[in-house]
Amino acid sequence: MTTKTTTRIVGASVHRKEGVDKLLGRARYIDDMEREGMWYGTTIRSTIPRGTILSIKFDESIDWSEFAVVTAADVPGENRIQLIVADQPCLADGEVNHCDEAIVLLAHPDKHKLRKAAEGVRIEYELLPAVFTIEESERQDQIVWGAENLMKTFLLEKGDVDSVWAQAAHIIEGEYHTGAQEHLYIENNGIIAEWDAEAGVTVWGSLQCPYYVHKTLIKVFHLPDEKVRVVQAETGGAFGGKEDYPSTLASHAALLAMKSGHPVKMVYDRMEDLAATTKRHPSRTRHRTALDKDGKLLAMDIDFATDGGAYATLSSTVLSRGTLHAPGPYSCPNIRIRSNAWATNTVPYGAFRGFGAPQSIFAIERHMDEIAATLSIDPVELRRNNFLHQGDTTATEQMMREPIMMDQLLDRILRESDYYARRERFAKENPNSSIKRGIGLAAFYHGSGFTGSGERILNSLAGMDVTPDGKVRVLVSNTEFGQGTNTVLTQVAAEAIGIDYDDIVMAANDTALVPNSGPTVASRTVMVVGRLIERAGKQLLSMLRETASLGEKFTRDEFFAACERYRAAKGEVVSLVRYEAPPGIFWDDQKYRGEAYPSYAWSIHMAQVAVDMVTFSAEVEEFWAVQEVGRVLNPVLATGQIEGGIAQGIGYALYEKVVLQNGHMANNQMTNYIIPTAEDLPPIHVFFEEIPFQYGGYGAKGIGELPHDGPAPAIVNAIKDATGVSFHSIPLLPEELFPALAAHEAATEQEVL
Amino acid sequence: MSAPVTTIKFKLNGNACSVQAPPLKRLLDVLREDLHLTGTKEGCGEGECGSCSVRMNGELVNSCLVPALQAEGAEIQTVEGLATDGTLHPIQQAFLECGGAQCGICTPGMLMAAAQLLERNPHPTMAQIREGLAGNLCRCTGFMRIFESVLAAATQVGDAEQGKAANAR
Repeated sequence: MTTKTTTRIVGASVHRKEGVDKLLGRARYIDDMEREGMWYGTTIRSTIPRGTILSIKFDESIDWSEFAVVTAADVPGENRIQLIVADQPCLADGEVNHCDEAIVLLAHPDKHKLRKAAEGVRIEYELLPAVFTIEESERQDQIVWGAENLMKTFLLEKGDVDSVWAQAAHIIEGEYHTGAQEHLYIENNGIIAEWDAEAGVTVWGSLQCPYYVHKTLIKVFHLPDEKVRVVQAETGGAFGGKEDYPSTLASHAALLAMKSGHPVKMVYDRMEDLAATTKRHPSRTRHRTALDKDGKLLAMDIDFATDGGAYATLSSTVLSRGTLHAPGPYSCPNIRIRSNAWATNTVPYGAFRGFGAPQSIFAIERHMDEIAATLSIDPVELRRNNFLHQGDTTATEQMMREPIMMDQLLDRILRESDYYARRERFAKENPNSSIKRGIGLAAFYHGSGFTGSGERILNSLAGMDVTPDGKVRVLVSNTEFGQGTNTVLTQVAAEAIGIDYDDIVMAANDTALVPNSGPTVASRTVMVVGRLIERAGKQLLSMLRETASLGEKFTRDEFFAACERYRAAKGEVVSLVRYEAPPGIFWDDQKYRGEAYPSYAWSIHMAQVAVDMVTFSAEVEEFWAVQEVGRVLNPVLATGQIEGGIAQGIGYALYEKVVLQNGHMANNQMTNYIIPTAEDLPPIHVFFEEIPFQYGGYGAKGIGELPHDGPAPAIVNAIKDATGVSFHSIPLLPEELFPALAAHEAATEQEVL
Repeated sequence: MSAPVTTIKFKLNGNACSVQAPPLKRLLDVLREDLHLTGTKEGCGEGECGSCSVRMNGELVNSCLVPALQAEGAEIQTVEGLATDGTLHPIQQAFLECGGAQCGICTPGMLMAAAQLLERNPHPTMAQIREGLAGNLCRCTGFMRIFESVLAAATQVGDAEQGKAANAR
């Protein structure tokens, strides 16, 4: 199935473009930067989950004339963060809807004085009743958002689910829950802002999407496009956590810069970052599934609900992706999915790698094992029997036109993990050991790029120019935050043009310089923007051949000489191209029907776990991941993406628990929000299969989010295999494992007696 | 309201250096603010993440937990002191080749921990590598590329250390 075309640079594990700078400690992150005359900013936040602000009092022993003080009244334009729905104030105005909501901003040149002064701001509230869970929100006793607490709802229907129940051989029901998850990028959010009456607003920051920040700043400051400039600094991890929040922080820093007349730096410490910024949406999924006597899926009725938090941010699109991934990689003639995003009085939930898919995939992949157990079928064969194949249709009636190789992926992972031999061995060993071992799998797809008509609406523009000092400069707004954007887009440009990797540079990610090639989200960069760079490179060659007599074959010097002839004749050497949708793509936003994604990446994960029946802790001992992600453009970087996503998925399942008290994160420290360390992570075996996608950059599909989708269900399925106990919720820390495992052990001993 | 300062002298990346700083100022801040060596990063400020790891008198320390005065007379090495004369240290070279760095924010601390590990134990086992890096959190890589980097560097560093030891004799 693997097809390879000959390429020089694409497909090679060239070194990370900015690697040496990072290794020498030379890369400049936001906290490494300073501006002349710079002040520092801080934020006074709500201490209650919901209420009205009665008064803001400033301690009279402090000389406030030294400080810049900003409240909602100081916002010159619209006091709203511009995301899908502009419901979130930049600063709370009269009411608060979650703990840690920003109310007052302070700036001062001395950090120490700033900290002291922050303690001198007192806010009085009148408390209003708050809601904290999906269940409380859907009861609608308290309306905390809109008319009915409902941020978004979808209904997808394929076939006729209700006609099936009566004739089904089996009907299996289940309910599954996932918790919030913190991104825990090691670099906290940070921004430096400058304001000038003439030039407008400039911000530098740790961020994913410069044009998202731009969109908010022009509204908050009521400025024309060209008077707002957003520049990305080196960014120390993001994972979705710097997709929407930087719009808020950039507004805050820029408001303080305007009020103080100085550049202002705001860099959160860990406790503030954990308490105040977005997390992964908690979810609840209910499945009702009909199967025939041979275990073939007949109908899937799915109810998917997420907790959106206090403001809508990206909840509608997270819900959409979760909905579209809820039926798993299976063919089923009758599917109904109802989904709802509910408002609560917690910090808004936002984008996080996978974007709703890890939540609904946890549910379907746990549910498949529950079905297999009820029907006494091998969970491997139940899945194989129901996989989507080329020509089948999905829940949105998208016809799968590209080849699908789930059967081969399954065979490969069974072979690589020696699945059946291990299961047999554990079944023999477990009865005589306090360590119970098990092995479990999860199968899934992840749609690459924006959903439905999203890419057409984004209408991305990207390309390159040639600088007079003889470098090709890639012009994109897509950011590097560890995934390898710089490296892979450079590879693509070098390949398309036919010059060396070292002759290409990435333009500074500055909205004054680069076109809007869309946000760096949704596993779209390599597939969508990579394709634009491939096309722009080829277009550049045509331009040079037509105007500057570049030959069919050329040396590096001939290429740059041709660029200079072109410059002399035409001016700047620039090649930009716009997004073109693959042909035959149809999407109906009203009915949510058609091509949900232009392509899908496919994967199967396998986890081996050990559950200690003395300490009630579970540990992943070994992990296998097989995936088909289109063409792999840089194997070392791609492998790193898969391994890193799996590590986060292991954390999601077994370690990472956001504890909320009154909607405030109570464990907002690295001491008690635990992520997997070097000693916790198992060996991870990564295998790629490649089916080049003809509309992706050199055949690539999306890869970044895929690996976060599978670990949690694979691990919880393995825990079931190890212990005989089915868990329906994550995370599973010892305190969650203990009650059920202890009860099961006691019951088993009873039987033996 | 500035705290009283004192003169603190130490050796930094092989060079004598002297700063005027409050004695309880964090070594991390002295390095970053007073000496403008911003390679050392802050991730948590409470000694959990290891991003601020530096070597002090041959020990790996979290510089966010070290008061400046404690550095008096010490020998301190930061990430800026790993490469010599423009040549990457073997562990830096291995990180480059094996994909040990992604976003790069934990990298300076991780490199210091890895360099420390290899100096103490030029041929570590996988278990020893895991233990040696357990105080340094990485959220990007899942650690596999980092382990591979350390293994790749181990041979080189090990050989060099053995050479040095032979010369000393």
